[in-house]
Amino acid sequence: MDTIVSLFSSVVRMSTPILICALGAVFSERAGVINVGLEGLMLIGALFGVLGSFCTGSAFLGAVTAMAAGLLFALIYAFFTITVKADQTVVGIAFNTIAGGLTVVLYRVLLANSGVSQVKGFNTVAIPGLSQIPVIGPIFFEQSVPIYILYFLIPVLAIVFSKMNIGLKVRAVGDNPVACDTVGISVVKVRYMTVLFSGVMAGMAGAFVSMGQLRFFTEGMISGTGFIAFATVIFGNYTPLGVLRAGLIFGCASALQYKFQTSGSAVPYQVWIMLPYLITILALCLYHKKSNAPKYSGVSFSKD
Amino acid sequence: MEQTNKNKVMQFLRGKQYPFIAIGVALLISGCIIKAMGFDPFLALKSLLSGALGTTNAWGETLIKMIPLIFTALSFSVAMKSGIVNLGATGQVYIGSLAGTLIATNFAGLPAIIHIPLALIAGMAAGGAYGWLAIALKNKFGANELVTTIMLNYIAIQFVNYMVSDPIRDYGATTALPQSRMVTDTAVLTKIIPNTRLHIGLFIAIAALILYYILFWHTTKGYELKVTGLSQSVSKYAGMNVKKNQTISMVMAGALAGMCGVIEILAIQSRITQDWAGDIGFDGVAVALLGGNTPVGIGLSAFLFGMLSSGANKMQMMAKVPNAVIYLVQGLVVLFVVGRNIFIWKSKKKNEKKIEKMKQAVHKEQVEV
Repeated sequence: MDTIVSLFSSVVRMSTPILICALGAVFSERAGVINVGLEGLMLIGALFGVLGSFCTGSAFLGAVTAMAAGLLFALIYAFFTITVKADQTVVGIAFNTIAGGLTVVLYRVLLANSGVSQVKGFNTVAIPGLSQIPVIGPIFFEQSVPIYILYFLIPVLAIVFSKMNIGLKVRAVGDNPVACDTVGISVVKVRYMTVLFSGVMAGMAGAFVSMGQLRFFTEGMISGTGFIAFATVIFGNYTPLGVLRAGLIFGCASALQYKFQTSGSAVPYQVWIMLPYLITILALCLYHKKSNAPKYSGVSFSKD
Repeated sequence: MEQTNKNKVMQFLRGKQYPFIAIGVALLISGCIIKAMGFDPFLALKSLLSGALGTTNAWGETLIKMIPLIFTALSFSVAMKSGIVNLGATGQVYIGSLAGTLIATNFAGLPAIIHIPLALIAGMAAGGAYGWLAIALKNKFGANELVTTIMLNYIAIQFVNYMVSDPIRDYGATTALPQSRMVTDTAVLTKIIPNTRLHIGLFIAIAALILYYILFWHTTKGYELKVTGLSQSVSKYAGMNVKKNQTISMVMAGALAGMCGVIEILAIQSRITQDWAGDIGFDGVAVALLGGNTPVGIGLSAFLFGMLSSGANKMQMMAKVPNAVIYLVQGLVVLFVVGRNIFIWKSKKKNEKKIEKMKQAVHKEQVEV
């Protein structure tokens, strides 16, 4: 029983960064902006979360720093893809390279020789009452604060996305930007907003990776989680609830990977490291119904 | 006659200034960041240049760094020409290098003239097969190649790590780090210039560039692939098989990356180790994008990025700037190359203003008349 509880509790923890990042990205993707740069944005978030926490001594301010950094970089991303109308995929690739270089440089200059090996991270907070429920309690209610915020965000974002005016605008802008422009919705503004929101979420997701378990930054520590979040949006068929389902599946794969790696089975541990990546490919192959993909995905909008 | 020649030159040069502007802006921004961190950007640039071009050996190292960049850039470009974004050169390099190593560490008795080509072909075949896998997943199941190629990178790296950790590990090695046996003498690539590590891989890379030029600028098949990339509907209408053309491109892309892996093992690494090539494929993507997917462009940008990569260590030593700063430069260069409209934007606005003024003037005249 204990192993099952610890496994599922780990599934919740491993799904969290994927879900935070993908829930942000589902809005920008749906508005028609492809963001391959999520990996880089998460990397930025991971570094700035640790830096913020290192400078202020507060995990909360660390998370705020990460989100601010995510916002700033998303603003640059939005400027290049929406205003300058550069190819979105290529800008995304460039962002990943820039983030890879910048985070390593800043880490080596500011953190590597600081003598500190851990900063304040996200502590586990058991919710009184709820955490006493057998099985469910320890799995869902003995986690850190960002995870509780995520529980709250999922239904809120799902409602905003499918029931509210903003969500409708976002979906419309991706499907028919010209018509939106005609009825007076600013395509550029909506796309900027969604990309900025996705940047904040990616920054937070990165901070969760660096400040959740290890509580420090290591070079290239995101190792594909951003790309998996990108795949989660596709696999989740571009809706928040679909993303939830897909994110949990990828979270399961990551949790199983760590479980098996430490279990000392006959299968080489490298096979378990491959598992999340293999499952991502498998998921994309089994699920290619692109019914919800925006019609103007990756196409920049110009009025003339 | 002179006029037409001049026009031709002007036409050839049109738009060619943007990569240079992009490089300048990228260096400027990186310099500011270096300065902000308390280092001397001019010393950094000076030591980088002297580290890359200061001595014969430095030149050799720069040219050595160019070789894998040319191959991985071609790998991206060949796929791009037919409309596929191949972010999987890294994985194809790893798989190719593994196959090449298997040939090169065995068959000790073979003459070099057979052994080396055999290893190269094995690497190309393995890399090509891995490239085929990504496009087959797209054609059969509709899996987005952006994601699958990246996932295949991680899988290939782990596969090589596993192979090195046990099945092909050299247990007699003095080091504790897992590694394969040494490449046998008959499979080592010949050096070109004494006292440097520069090897004949450079000629193979240049040959690949020329073949790329001939294929895409002077053959029907290459033209067909290009049309596939420009418009799938047009190529379908013209009776071309889009899936088949894209498959051909990806197999070629994988083969080029695989070749890159083998050459690096045979000439420089001499054995395969865990994570030996890092994220080699993404450097190639940057080179291809800066070079605008043209053979000359790729050659020149591979030289530039080769310089960055070979001078980075001296820069770290002399100016104390971490060598990872070159990735910042690379990324910024790509960003400003693809975002070249940023430089046109202003002048366009000026033009608009001019047109506006002219319109107003015309309007005024009409009113006055």
